Amino acid sequence: MVKVTIDGVEIEVEEGTTILNAARQVGGDIVPPAMCYYSKLEGSGGKCRTCLVEVAAGSEKDPRPMPKLVASCSTQVQHGMIVKNASSERVKTGRAGVTEFLLANHPLDCPICDQAGECHLQDLGFEHGKEATRYREERRTFDPIDIGDKIKLHMNRCILCYRCVYTANQITDQRVHGVMHRGSHAEISTYIEKAIDNDFSGNVIDVCPVGALTDKTFRFKSRVWFLKPMDAHRDCPTCSGKAVVWMFGNEIYRVTARKDKYGEIETIDGKTAWICNTCRFETKEVDKWNVEGPRLINRHSVISQNHYTLQNPLNNNTKNIQ
Amino acid sequence: MGRKLLLEHIDVPGIETFEVYRQKGGYRSVEKALKSMSPDEVVEEVKKSGLRGRGGAGFPTGMKWSFLAKPEGVPRYLLCNADESEPGTFKDRYLMQYLPHLLIEGMIVSSFALGTNLSYIYIRGEYLFVLEILEKAIAEAYANGFLGKNILGTGYDLDLRVSPGGGAYICGEETALIESLEGKRGNPRIKPPFPAVKGLWGCPTVVNNVESLATVVPIINMGADEYVKIGTEQSRGTKLISACGNLERPGVYEIDLGLSVEEFIYGDDWCRGIKNGKQLKALVPGGSSVPILPTHLITKTANGDTRFMSYESLSDGGFASGSMLGSGGFIAFDEDQCIVRNTWNFTRFYAHESCGQCSPCREGTAWMEKVLWRIENGEGTMEDIALLEDINKKIEGNTICPLGDAAAWPVASAIRHFREEFEWHIKHPQEAMSRNYGLLKGATV
Ligand SMILES: Cc1cc2nc3c(=O)[nH]c(=O)nc-3n(C[C@H](O)[C@H](O)[C@H](O)COP(=O)(O)O)c2cc1C
Ligand code: SF4
Ligand code: FES
Repeated sequence: MVKVTIDGVEIEVEEGTTILNAARQVGGDIVPPAMCYYSKLEGSGGKCRTCLVEVAAGSEKDPRPMPKLVASCSTQVQHGMIVKNASSERVKTGRAGVTEFLLANHPLDCPICDQAGECHLQDLGFEHGKEATRYREERRTFDPIDIGDKIKLHMNRCILCYRCVYTANQITDQRVHGVMHRGSHAEISTYIEKAIDNDFSGNVIDVCPVGALTDKTFRFKSRVWFLKPMDAHRDCPTCSGKAVVWMFGNEIYRVTARKDKYGEIETIDGKTAWICNTCRFETKEVDKWNVEGPRLINRHSVISQNHYTLQNPLNNNTKNIQ
Repeated sequence: MGRKLLLEHIDVPGIETFEVYRQKGGYRSVEKALKSMSPDEVVEEVKKSGLRGRGGAGFPTGMKWSFLAKPEGVPRYLLCNADESEPGTFKDRYLMQYLPHLLIEGMIVSSFALGTNLSYIYIRGEYLFVLEILEKAIAEAYANGFLGKNILGTGYDLDLRVSPGGGAYICGEETALIESLEGKRGNPRIKPPFPAVKGLWGCPTVVNNVESLATVVPIINMGADEYVKIGTEQSRGTKLISACGNLERPGVYEIDLGLSVEEFIYGDDWCRGIKNGKQLKALVPGGSSVPILPTHLITKTANGDTRFMSYESLSDGGFASGSMLGSGGFIAFDEDQCIVRNTWNFTRFYAHESCGQCSPCREGTAWMEKVLWRIENGEGTMEDIALLEDINKKIEGNTICPLGDAAAWPVASAIRHFREEFEWHIKHPQEAMSRNYGLLKGATV
């Protein structure tokens, strides 16, 4: 075990733990936002730079501070390390910068985006962004494309976190999904729009932190905050069959995997509970599911926390606006 | 002309062939190292020589070699970085094109020192003609028993291969180079682990620049004790400089480190001054990513000391008033050149070459490019200058690999030293569109 201090909170974690995962063991405000890291996907992380933190002391043996901010999702803790996240001005500036970069070319089309209300970029923008943009240039745009008949890709909204690429690589049999081009021309693509034809391809929707990959069977049907998420299961020959059904009245509007407060698919019985396309796209009848009961809503979203009222210009309470 | 350790025989007809190269004393260092030295002794010699990496960062080569992990039963690799894509840098191409055997010789000795049995030269896609030259030279080395099994009867085996990239600057970053060599998209890896522990195919790997590896040859031949007599305390030996821009005589030169910048620019043996009798306005001494220097900081440091061509002297004054030796891509700008346009041009390069993995570099470089383009074309505002400085700060240090820094430094330094030129473009949109700032105002001294 090694001892590490994050924003003044001291904890002991196993050797080899990353700063981010150490912070998650404590929870709360000291946890840096993570847009690309996904603990269930090998090799993920390090890309978006939202999780940057300041290391004020490297370790007990070598207590020098690290000169640059480091990505907490891919930096392991050392015994005696002192980390500053929320308490560091440098982190605040750096993270505000990253947020601005991620939003620079973003279409800001939340009003018509299915992800609104459960979007990590929305949350990030609210916590670390500014009300106005300094980006005067023309935004980079792409046409939306179909990835098979069930998944829609809106590349305009993509933050190039690579999670879907790792998902396609690691849980589907044949990868035909990846990144083409480079720099600000980089885009997610299937090989010349070839459909990902695989039982598990729908999971790319669940790992996407933004509304770049959406479920065509649910598109424009409802806002997520009008729906009631219920834990449900069924006997499925392909996957664990443990999912969340999103209901309005007695109707199932969509099916997703069970996700924790960091947006990651839960581990059930020791395995990541990915769900198959049959459960996700083709099983919308209530009688095909055993509905267990309402799911605890993870109120990470700025919408479900009613944060937006704070931004009402008539309301003087602006403490949440940075 | 100064002393030549690397380019000594460059003018000998046929020096690219094994026969002539050998007649001129080529491959002596292989004989010396393999027959009379242990691998550790070679490493020690390179350490003692003070050789610093010639690829840009200037990291001590011997020290890098001694960090290589050596677990039992796991192969190790030496990779030669011949991706040379930094604007202004073309010394590696010159060396490989005319002296292919010098690189091969250096790689044999270095591979022996590191205990690798398979080494690669990763060469940029645009250098395909050089690839052919290298392959021919490698075939000759095999035929003469300097590569392959049981080299010179010493029991040491080494295979050497050349692998071309697809033409991407980012593949010069060592972990992107490794990814590319493995046949993947050339994205830099998240470090740690460092290549010395986990590199090519997950095995311990050393990546060195072409010139660094070639320099091992004279070091072994003359011995480190002799080698350290050349240059300055922190910059030993000789260095290839690719001089370009508005110089009377541009080209690749081998200098003793510690030569004065003034001598190098104006000396008869070197660049012979600025073309057409013009004034020198600015200098980028080490490839496009290092800070640009204005007239008064080129031949003298901020303290008024003479500026020398060495790691320490070029960086004297830090980023406020210094620059870096970098890769030796020496770009001179005369009084007619427009710094705004040049800064835009450099930034366009970095935006185009960013791999796009991490957000600060992907979005930041493309954003800076657009803002600079507006300023250059008379559509800028005064806030844009502050905006550029701010974007800069948010890229620098926050990216996966140093490409972000390389993109940020030229912009930061151009604004630091040539702010009035940026302001002029903003205040005179019409003229900025139709005329060149440099032509209009001359040198800003
Ligand atoms: C974006 C980027 C591009 C680079 N391109 C090159 C290159 O073309 N050639 C090179 O030798 N080193 C290049 N480098 C530096 C290498 O990563 C590495 O430091 C170098 O090859 C080490 O060799 P040396 O120690 O012999 O200098 C580049 C680095 C970065 C970040
Ligand atoms: S489509 Fe979504 S999951 Fe895939 S890289 Fe873009 S933001 Fe990430
Ligand atoms: S979560 Fe760490 S860099 Fe994206």
